[in-house]
Amino acid sequence: MSTLILPPATVPTRRHRRATPGRVFAWVALIVAVLVSLFPFLWVLRTAFSTSRSLASAPSSLLPVDFTLGAFERVLGLSTHAQAVAQGGSGASMNFWLYLRNSVIYAGSVTIGQVFFCAMAAYAFARLRWPGRNLVFGIFLGALLVPPIFTQLPNFILVKDLGLINTFGGMILPGFFMTPFAVFFLRQFFLGLNHEVEESASLDGAGPWRTFFQIVLPMSTAPVTTLAILTFITTWNDYLWPLLVGNTEGTKVLTVALGIFQSQTPGGSPDWAGLMAAALVAAAPVLVLFFAFARRILDSIGYTGTK
Amino acid sequence: MEGDLLTTTSEALGAAPPGHIASPNRRRKGRSDLRTALLFIAPSALGFLVFYLYPAIRGFYFSLTSYNLLGTPTWVGFDNFVKIPHDPMFWNALQVTVEYVVLNIGFQTVIAVGLAVLMQRLTQSTLLRGALLLPWLVSNVIAALVWFWLLDYQIGIVNQFLRWLGVHPIAFFADNLWAIPTIAAVNVWRYMGYTALLVFAGIQTIPKQLYEAAAIDGSTEWKSFWRITLPLLRPVLAMVLVLTVTGSFQVFDTVAVTTRGGPVNVTRVYQYYIYQKAFTEGQFGYASALAVVLFLILAALAALQMRLLRAGESDLA
Repeated sequence: MSTLILPPATVPTRRHRRATPGRVFAWVALIVAVLVSLFPFLWVLRTAFSTSRSLASAPSSLLPVDFTLGAFERVLGLSTHAQAVAQGGSGASMNFWLYLRNSVIYAGSVTIGQVFFCAMAAYAFARLRWPGRNLVFGIFLGALLVPPIFTQLPNFILVKDLGLINTFGGMILPGFFMTPFAVFFLRQFFLGLNHEVEESASLDGAGPWRTFFQIVLPMSTAPVTTLAILTFITTWNDYLWPLLVGNTEGTKVLTVALGIFQSQTPGGSPDWAGLMAAALVAAAPVLVLFFAFARRILDSIGYTGTK
Repeated sequence: MEGDLLTTTSEALGAAPPGHIASPNRRRKGRSDLRTALLFIAPSALGFLVFYLYPAIRGFYFSLTSYNLLGTPTWVGFDNFVKIPHDPMFWNALQVTVEYVVLNIGFQTVIAVGLAVLMQRLTQSTLLRGALLLPWLVSNVIAALVWFWLLDYQIGIVNQFLRWLGVHPIAFFADNLWAIPTIAAVNVWRYMGYTALLVFAGIQTIPKQLYEAAAIDGSTEWKSFWRITLPLLRPVLAMVLVLTVTGSFQVFDTVAVTTRGGPVNVTRVYQYYIYQKAFTEGQFGYASALAVVLFLILAALAALQMRLLRAGESDLA
């Protein structure tokens, strides 16, 4: 490992640094890491555009085998049963649009409620003065220490007792009002806001409600959007809780629907092209969000990381 | 109405930190925004009480009962906790999980620190950081399915590559020896870029002058890494480790989608065991007791790591 010796740090201003063996090695390592991260995505694409039946004939071809859009048509319900079976699909219908709708309702509702209510709470913890403020905040944060499964078991019973199993209400409620992380994240931001804006608002006669909704929130679109994106991604990717509480066609989210796949094809050859197409479409909303807000998401990871 | 709003707001100014020059007018000491604050925190406090605190207390209660999800829980005292140490499957789950965590965290942390240092020294391009973060954006379920395909015994690309090298193909998810390392590797793939970005954020807080001074004194990059980067990164690394170890210990999705505990019991990780006890075997009380034990293990692990890594102190004066 002594090859990892880079030129001394005294010359960082120079634009063209010498290509020492150490530097070359470092670049190679970095590029390998990027390739490892990206290769599975390329392989998913290549498979999704292949004909399932033909995959075995050219398993290491880098390009799609017998290029077709058939897998996507199968997933999105655009092909007939006969077409699907001919291309190597299982023929079983997957209500993809329904699961997509369920995912949107679940992740969307949780995100809206959580971000809004946590912003209010965070403001109270950061900017209002009241007895017990730090104690209550500490108790909120304490919930971070509890492993999710520990509260998910009793929450399942609670949702069951309320008759909310297999309803969106049961799925959404536990995450709708708060997570300790969201409160913490926004409180950190509100703490750093300039007091002068609020002061001048109060001199103009605005109360805390108006100050919060008309001045503080509009000033905080950046962190609020970032939190909303992170919350949406996390909730979109949830598996265990929706698996416990949403198992009917009308409530099943994409992760739960995809997770069942393995148990459905125990013997026969799986419809890999269809599965990869489904995985791609299921991940698409999150990937699109990421491409739209990449900078913001990347920077927020530093922000949340250095708690 | 307006007047009422005005007084409440002037009290809000009292929230200014010490040293802050509050507006001299109308500031009344001793009064607070209690009423407004209670309204602001009401929704999240409700969520906290109903979906965090109440279930946490109830979780402890269930752990002291026998409950099959259909009838009512019957009080059994500490019976579940007495049974746990005599349950070979508990020890199996614990052992399997520890194997997984050691492999997952070991590789993930070393790779992430390496990548973070490389990013700091070579490039901080958004494109590169974005590429490394991409695996973290897809769900565990999708990551598991994708690797299930890549690692397929017959026509998966990885085994094609092994055949090309002249090595025997491996039934990654179905082999007793390979199943846990494979699941660990899938999650290293998903989390290495994310962890690298966390560490990278920590590295950026280290003053550049330290490296310049060290270089003037003839230090090599390698030496600087061991003597400057790593020691000064310690508090950040401690936080990252506490977070990732805690998360890693609760691995579930990948196992649920790929091996479902098999072959035989070699991948029946702790959380999957809890899930099966609670929802397949209908032993909800026992599952709750297992969850209490998990809670205790994680708390102890976190405390131990904070202690060993002296997470609270920084060497940056």
